[in-house]
Amino acid sequence: MKFVSMLPVVAVGGILLLAAKDFPAWGDPQSPASSSPVSSHFIGSTGVDTEVPNMVTAVLADYRGFDTMFETVVVFIAGIAVLAILGGAGKRRASKRVHEVEAEPDLIVTNTARLIVPVIQIFAFYVLAHGHVSPGGGFQGGVVMGASFILIGLSWDLETALARFSIQRCMAVAAGGIVIYGGIGLLSMFLGGEFLDYAELESILPVSREMARYHAMLGVEIGVGFTVTAIMFALYANLSTAGRLKGGL
Amino acid sequence: MGLELFNTFILLLLVVSALAALRVRDLVTAAAIFGVYSFLMCLLWAEMGAVDVAFTEATVGAGISTVVLVATIFNLKRKSND
Amino acid sequence: MFEEGSVINELLIERLNYFIYVVLLMIGLHAMISKRNLIKKLIGMSIFQTAIILFYVSIGVKDEATIPIYKANHDPHGSHVEHGEANGLTGGVLYGPKALKKEEVQEYANPLPHVLMLTAIVVGVATLGLALALCQRIYQGYGTIEEDELLVKIERADARKSLSPIENSKTSSSRKSASQKPGLTKVSSVMKSSISTNPSVTKSKKAVTHKKQPKGKK
Repeated sequence: MKFVSMLPVVAVGGILLLAAKDFPAWGDPQSPASSSPVSSHFIGSTGVDTEVPNMVTAVLADYRGFDTMFETVVVFIAGIAVLAILGGAGKRRASKRVHEVEAEPDLIVTNTARLIVPVIQIFAFYVLAHGHVSPGGGFQGGVVMGASFILIGLSWDLETALARFSIQRCMAVAAGGIVIYGGIGLLSMFLGGEFLDYAELESILPVSREMARYHAMLGVEIGVGFTVTAIMFALYANLSTAGRLKGGL
Repeated sequence: MGLELFNTFILLLLVVSALAALRVRDLVTAAAIFGVYSFLMCLLWAEMGAVDVAFTEATVGAGISTVVLVATIFNLKRKSND
Repeated sequence: MFEEGSVINELLIERLNYFIYVVLLMIGLHAMISKRNLIKKLIGMSIFQTAIILFYVSIGVKDEATIPIYKANHDPHGSHVEHGEANGLTGGVLYGPKALKKEEVQEYANPLPHVLMLTAIVVGVATLGLALALCQRIYQGYGTIEEDELLVKIERADARKSLSPIENSKTSSSRKSASQKPGLTKVSSVMKSSISTNPSVTKSKKAVTHKKQPKGKK
């Protein structure tokens, strides 16, 4: 059985290694991927089109905004699916847990968390808002923000975290993030452009067309951040308690 | 040259940690080693100039997915048969 | 062996990243096929996924190129004081947004693979969470996440379903008597607690309880 399972693995690996022999040389600036007109256009005219220094953010939120929107929807649907699979466990009687934690929250851990959590949350806002000029953006900021709530849940208990950010609120925030994203897209459509054509927002923002794209990207990233924050915390809350939402690690 | 050595070192460590994560029988250890694997991957991408991808992997791969794996394993059996 | 132009030299020295990506992909694929523990399978899936991401990021690398964020002299909002040529002028050199020339484009790594992979990582953790939720549900229903044990339990459940009605009633009566024994009530209550709305799962649970009984007596 082990031998049979090795066969497809070796076959796939062998074919890929044969293909790897024909790849362009390592770091070749003239390789097809690097010299393609699309990426050259992104590098060359992001500054003129959007005035965003970080090209990754510009391509993510503006040029490929449609893609990112539905990636966010995928994250949202995954969160809903986890709730649907594990939810309603409160009605069933709790299955026997292998590890039951009874101890009080530790004094040192909770006090350290009390100090650290605000710093983490401010850092999350910084990462989200500063994503235009440095590495970062909605996805990273959202994950860091969700991690701060997970830290509350780990150092106290899940009830403490859920008292601040309940699952119902999580789902509302997650849906709100997608509504923000789609709303900005629809708004630019109503103002005469195409869906997610942020440049049209200049008629309601007191800035130029390029800066309208710059600021609309921030709005879109905030929407992504909302969804990712809420879903990451909802994932943790459901998975750590097998859907019962009490007790927890 | 120094950077190439760094690159090679991390690539070899990656293979070692991937094998170790699948080898150990204790699933919590496997999750922890998988976190190490993710962090090594993050270092490699930062070195290759993909700072945004590295940042995402550091927060998501080494942070959230390890926590989620450990949270799940605490609701299941900790021992694995292979 | 390592001379210029040989296959091994090309794979191991010049294109080590591509070689390692194939190795990681093979490790992940092998884990997904041959490991029996579902969590191990998921770790293998994540390794597979990061291998693909490593491949994409490797494509975007350019020699002598910096990260895909504009340097000061290309920054659309740049206004930087040149300390070297301080000649009494206030302020500094102002840069406006401008399109980059072809050779200037070569100074930056390719941002397109980075964008594609950035979203893939976040979607990856969301799908991993979904898979882990399914694992927990399977554990609640069957009490195991080992694939071989799972298959045995599912087969037993199917066999019970296809039994003739007479035999079926016989086994159900014997099950009733078994569950009245005091030593077994605890086990069956634990089992019952994890029973879902799915009746086939219910049957398999009870079948397991029934099978375990002689062992417990010894």
